[in-house]
Amino acid sequence: MTQTPITTNPKQPSIAATLHVIAAHRVVWPLLALALIFFIDFLISPSFFSIRVVEGRLFGSVIDVFYRAVPTAMVALGMAVVIGTKGIDLSVGSTIAIGGAVITWRIHAGDPHILILFWALGVGLLCGLWNGFLVAALEIQPIIATLILMVSGRGIGLMINLLYGGTNPSFTSELLQGLSTGHIAFIPTRLLVFLLVFVVLWALLRRTALGMFLESVGGNAKAAYLTGINARLIIFSAYIICGLTAASAGVILAADTHTSDPVSIGRNIELDAILAVVIGGGSLAGGRIYLGMTILGALVIQALTTSILSSGLPPEYNLVVEAVVVLVVLLLQSANFRGLAVSILARRKR
Amino acid sequence: MAGVSKAFPGVRALDKVNLRLLGGEVHALMGENGAGKSTLIKVLTGALRRDEGEIRLDGQPVEINSPGQARALGIGTVYQEVNLVPTMSVTKNLTLGRQPAKFGMISWRSARDIAKTRLKRLNIDIDIERPLGSYSVAIQQLIAIARALEEDTRVLVLDEPTASLDAKETALLFQIVRDLKSRGIAIVFITHFIDQVYQIADRISVLRNGRLVGSAPIGDMPPLKLISLMIGRELGQTGLRLVGEAPPSDAPVLLEAKGLGRRLMMEPFDLKLRGGEVVGLSGLLGSGRTEVAKLVFGAMKPDAGKLQVGGAPMTGHSPSRSIRAGVGFCPEDRKAEGSFGELSVRENIVMALQSKRGWLRLLSRSEQEKLADEMIKTLAISTPDAEKPVGQLSGGNQQKVLLARSLVSGPRVLILDEPTRGIDVGAHAEIVALIRRLCGQGLALLVASSELDELVAVSDRVAVLRDRNKIGEISGADITRDNVIHMIAGTQS
Repeated sequence: MTQTPITTNPKQPSIAATLHVIAAHRVVWPLLALALIFFIDFLISPSFFSIRVVEGRLFGSVIDVFYRAVPTAMVALGMAVVIGTKGIDLSVGSTIAIGGAVITWRIHAGDPHILILFWALGVGLLCGLWNGFLVAALEIQPIIATLILMVSGRGIGLMINLLYGGTNPSFTSELLQGLSTGHIAFIPTRLLVFLLVFVVLWALLRRTALGMFLESVGGNAKAAYLTGINARLIIFSAYIICGLTAASAGVILAADTHTSDPVSIGRNIELDAILAVVIGGGSLAGGRIYLGMTILGALVIQALTTSILSSGLPPEYNLVVEAVVVLVVLLLQSANFRGLAVSILARRKR
Repeated sequence: MAGVSKAFPGVRALDKVNLRLLGGEVHALMGENGAGKSTLIKVLTGALRRDEGEIRLDGQPVEINSPGQARALGIGTVYQEVNLVPTMSVTKNLTLGRQPAKFGMISWRSARDIAKTRLKRLNIDIDIERPLGSYSVAIQQLIAIARALEEDTRVLVLDEPTASLDAKETALLFQIVRDLKSRGIAIVFITHFIDQVYQIADRISVLRNGRLVGSAPIGDMPPLKLISLMIGRELGQTGLRLVGEAPPSDAPVLLEAKGLGRRLMMEPFDLKLRGGEVVGLSGLLGSGRTEVAKLVFGAMKPDAGKLQVGGAPMTGHSPSRSIRAGVGFCPEDRKAEGSFGELSVRENIVMALQSKRGWLRLLSRSEQEKLADEMIKTLAISTPDAEKPVGQLSGGNQQKVLLARSLVSGPRVLILDEPTRGIDVGAHAEIVALIRRLCGQGLALLVASSELDELVAVSDRVAVLRDRNKIGEISGADITRDNVIHMIAGTQS
């Protein structure tokens, strides 16, 4: 074996270094993936980017992607917080189901509709408290602890439905449907609701020290304890945040279908939310929370789903294609894989 | 029975070590952390492959490349942590991995027979169907020995078997060890307890930095010689002292521990820290240095005694209470207990102060940056900027970041556990100098260190620990390496 001489070219490294920095930046790959998906959509149907106004509201495929991504993105924000503490919350779908059931029940009971929103948030709070109690106080592993509510939650939703008869009771509420499917000044209201949730959460995490504490507990719980941080309380708060964002998504989803259908509402949303967090650069090993990036992750997933449906491919392909794209994004994010790819390419050249 | 000898230079872990084990002899293997004891044992038991040298059993060179081969050759090992399954029965634990099979099914009857035979070898009579976890740690330790011991075992390695045993249990274990010895088995005994070595061992070998620095029959290795070999200091050398004037004796007592202790961790001890003084904690590995530091900080909850900080009694011992009371702590194990590797230098530095302020009163970004930049300058932390993840810094710089974190939180008392472990010489000197500088500012410092030179250099007072007991204090000009070594060894010079 002969040693390959190390050649230094004064120009090459600077370009390579710049490229390297760009490639390593976490925002690049998900953004590229989203752009690529949109570009393919544009090739398939050139009208993809056309936006028109129908009945005082913006319409168009791109708007539709944003519109449909809202519930997943909302759930994913809370999921990002939990994952940042090295945890996971599988019960978000069940929280949505219980929330939907409680909303319908209280509307039937004749509560003022503004109060319904607080009922929904109350459900989220309660679910979060339960998960937080199992994880933080009893120290059950998050995946098992939240599995309990994941399994039982939809059953609880059905039981609430039975409280006042009916298996899939429906409701009408101008307020809730307005929040979900209405529009304010051309803009779909749910986008504004999402913006509100995002801003509140961002302020809670980044305008107080909560975000820092959450990340410190996720990064090194023992060090956090020795630094005087009450790790238990912090983990509690993460699950409560996740419960609240899931319940907010529940309001939008339930109002969308105006029924309480605990069996199918928000089905598999926990998986999409986890994927969104991971595509956004969050690591399941905890330690970092990227709220903005998580939204990007949710958009990538929704863009993919929408484009498969609109491209005329059979909907059965959806999940497989989604899996492949997610895999590619994750591979590109992996420094190990990039190193491997570079070394293989380098060998080719020689 | 002939001996086993072997030699090999590793990267640095083991450097041409020769070890001769004789049948019917208890051979104590001694050394401080990182001396190479575990590596040597792992090579002997096939868990690691050696790079060079050879192992001879009964004069015949043998290859040991896996734990299975070692066992087949008659080398049994009991690791420090009991490697058994507490929820399984004693029988299952004793036959796990080598269950007797009949027609491809486990034969539980012969499994029970095997378990009984194994226990009989040690004269243990217990109910073998009960789960292992229902027995005391001492019995579990004996069962672990029974598992390691075959009919044809020639060499038995016991790695820290007494670490979690009390005096009575240790005596029981030693009785069995003596019994095994009388059957001609060579026993390798690893421990930190000097007293126990002199109770049971026939021969002592001392490792330091991967080299064998001494090996002699017990009679030729008095405690004093053993300790100076382990620490690596000849008696009679004098060390550097950085200490200036002794602090006035009327300096305020900032922290006082009375009878503070925790069962099986640290015997109750008294300790006083005055403003402007550095108190060193000296002792061998396992003597209780870290335990004292953690008990005083509240990271380990004491079950006896009282602690006062600034004249006020501490209740409910916890790190967050201590930090609020003005006590700072830098842990020994940076990676596991200290740094938040993913977070930036800035975030790492402000974390303790932020936790003291609570989550609602966030330090503004500019305040954080100011504090971080100040600390980076004062402690000469080499990092391109304050936003670099701390996990990417060198060990010495990470240590400085931890120090910065404690300092930013404004402590009156600072506890440093192994502040210079694993850092290069330059950073080492800087940190030692920094300790003295802080002390000049009226802080009280408690420094636990395995480096005697370092303690002698910086301490106004040294508390000496042995076998989880505080055995005395040396102060002022009496702090010399010789005096500390003599006190650890229990001999007066």
